[in-house]
Amino acid sequence: MTAPAIPRRPPWVQHSILPGFGLSLGITLAYLGAIVVLPLTALAIRPWELGLGGVWHELAAPRVAAALKLSFGLSALAALVNAPLGVLLAWTLTRYRFPGRRILDALVDLPFALPTAVAGIALTAIYAPTGALGSLAAKLGIKTAYSPLGIFIALVFIGLPFVVRSLQPVLQDLDQEVEEAATTLGANALQRAVRVILPALAPSLISGVSLAFARAVGEYGSVVFIAGNLPGKTEIAPLLIVIKLEQYDYAGAAAVGLAMVALSFGSLALINALQLRLARRGRA
Amino acid sequence: MTVAARPTSATRLPGLAVVLVLASAIVMAALVLLPLVVVFADAFAKGLGKYLAAITEPDAVSAMKLTLLVSGIAVPLNAVFGVAAAWCIAKFEFRGKGALLTLIDLPFSMSPVVSGLVWVLLFGAQGWFGTWLIDHDVKIIFATTGLVLATILVTFPFVARELIPLMQDQGTDEEAAALTLGAGGFTTFFRITLPNIRWALMYGVLLCNARAMGEFGAVSVVSGHIRGLTTTLPLHVEVLYNDYDFVGAFAAASLLASLGLVTLVLKTGLEWRHAGELAANRRH
Repeated sequence: MTAPAIPRRPPWVQHSILPGFGLSLGITLAYLGAIVVLPLTALAIRPWELGLGGVWHELAAPRVAAALKLSFGLSALAALVNAPLGVLLAWTLTRYRFPGRRILDALVDLPFALPTAVAGIALTAIYAPTGALGSLAAKLGIKTAYSPLGIFIALVFIGLPFVVRSLQPVLQDLDQEVEEAATTLGANALQRAVRVILPALAPSLISGVSLAFARAVGEYGSVVFIAGNLPGKTEIAPLLIVIKLEQYDYAGAAAVGLAMVALSFGSLALINALQLRLARRGRA
Repeated sequence: MTVAARPTSATRLPGLAVVLVLASAIVMAALVLLPLVVVFADAFAKGLGKYLAAITEPDAVSAMKLTLLVSGIAVPLNAVFGVAAAWCIAKFEFRGKGALLTLIDLPFSMSPVVSGLVWVLLFGAQGWFGTWLIDHDVKIIFATTGLVLATILVTFPFVARELIPLMQDQGTDEEAAALTLGAGGFTTFFRITLPNIRWALMYGVLLCNARAMGEFGAVSVVSGHIRGLTTTLPLHVEVLYNDYDFVGAFAAASLLASLGLVTLVLKTGLEWRHAGELAANRRH
């Protein structure tokens, strides 16, 4: 019996007797290069044919600025509202046993599983002035579909699973003894929730909320039908890209696209930093 | 109605437990379940005959065929990439791994519209390669190739993200043993690695396929909405909806919703039966 020859590898790879490093890395790099790097390079370069001033002019135009503000503002609001909803659902799904729990648990993924265009037209049908819930709201004088409120509802719908799924494993693993100790020491339910459970949940709550936010910012299919798409009022940033492309304004579309990518990376970095600080304070 | 799994939370607060469970059920029913119900209710609103006519008309059939074709190309390619990427990332130690992981995750934080836009910037009429493509009579944008490229970009992380954490957990001992006993590289992969990752691979392919078939934003940008030629099923839904053909739109949407439901059932089944063989705590 002969030992397998240890493959020769470049110095930046730790040696291993497993074969196929070159082949698998080659496939990975070629694929990523063609599918991600080349297209994103185009996105990074195309806007600048307008010049620095041109890009600024493009983004500061009232219609574009309004769309970016609407997309990022409503996404942040929807992600924040998803926090209490997500905590509620994750809590009942992990802590209580009740009939239909597994079905309810599986349904949490429905917004992931339902194609966005399907969700979009269904939400519009529900919240239109003649729809099941839209007519109720209309009686109260509230306009849901074709208003920012409609966009907000669609973004809550699309973001909910992210928060629930981030919280569930943490709640499952949360040491019950800590809660029991708090009870023994005289803490009531509210004190336990605020001083014991919430701090333990905070890091995963923040990451769930930021995932929901990132998804909402770029969301198109489930929003575009319910939005009404009035320039400056209910027009979301992704739609503006579509409109600019239809007018063959490639550089303008690329400028909006690049701004969206930069803004969402910026806000995610900010959230990450916040999370790190929170984690450090938790350890101290 | 509620039985406490964890005594401290529920035996002391049965009232609160009931309230929380009811609140969760109401949130899920109104926000998540209602859209699904509306899709089917509106699809059958004018009777079974109209429904069947809507899903068998030529444009609908060609949209279904196109959707199957596009995902039939994109999903296998992404599966091969996912396995290759997971092999080099999980089984080897090398510098630059973090950067590679970031690139793989990138599409998850990008707007689908941007994922379509980048291909127009490359291959559109005024794209980098636009003139060359026109000179050589190659059509990518407003053609099937563009739809495939956009779909690949949106869906390629699914398989890799499922496999990488699992294969990292599994380590390299079994493969190393097989190699030491004289098995070749490919034999080792097909007899040792593949059986170990088959359920996770299936899970990733399932999610990838659901997203590929339901993708809307990215393909909408590159499609041009040429009826019967470049409209996938989700785009067909949009075209009909914008034509006020609501029964047709919801009938087509019901097919996509069924696809989502089947995916959800299979996914939940895999999670229940093979939880240990799926990547731990990555349940979305």
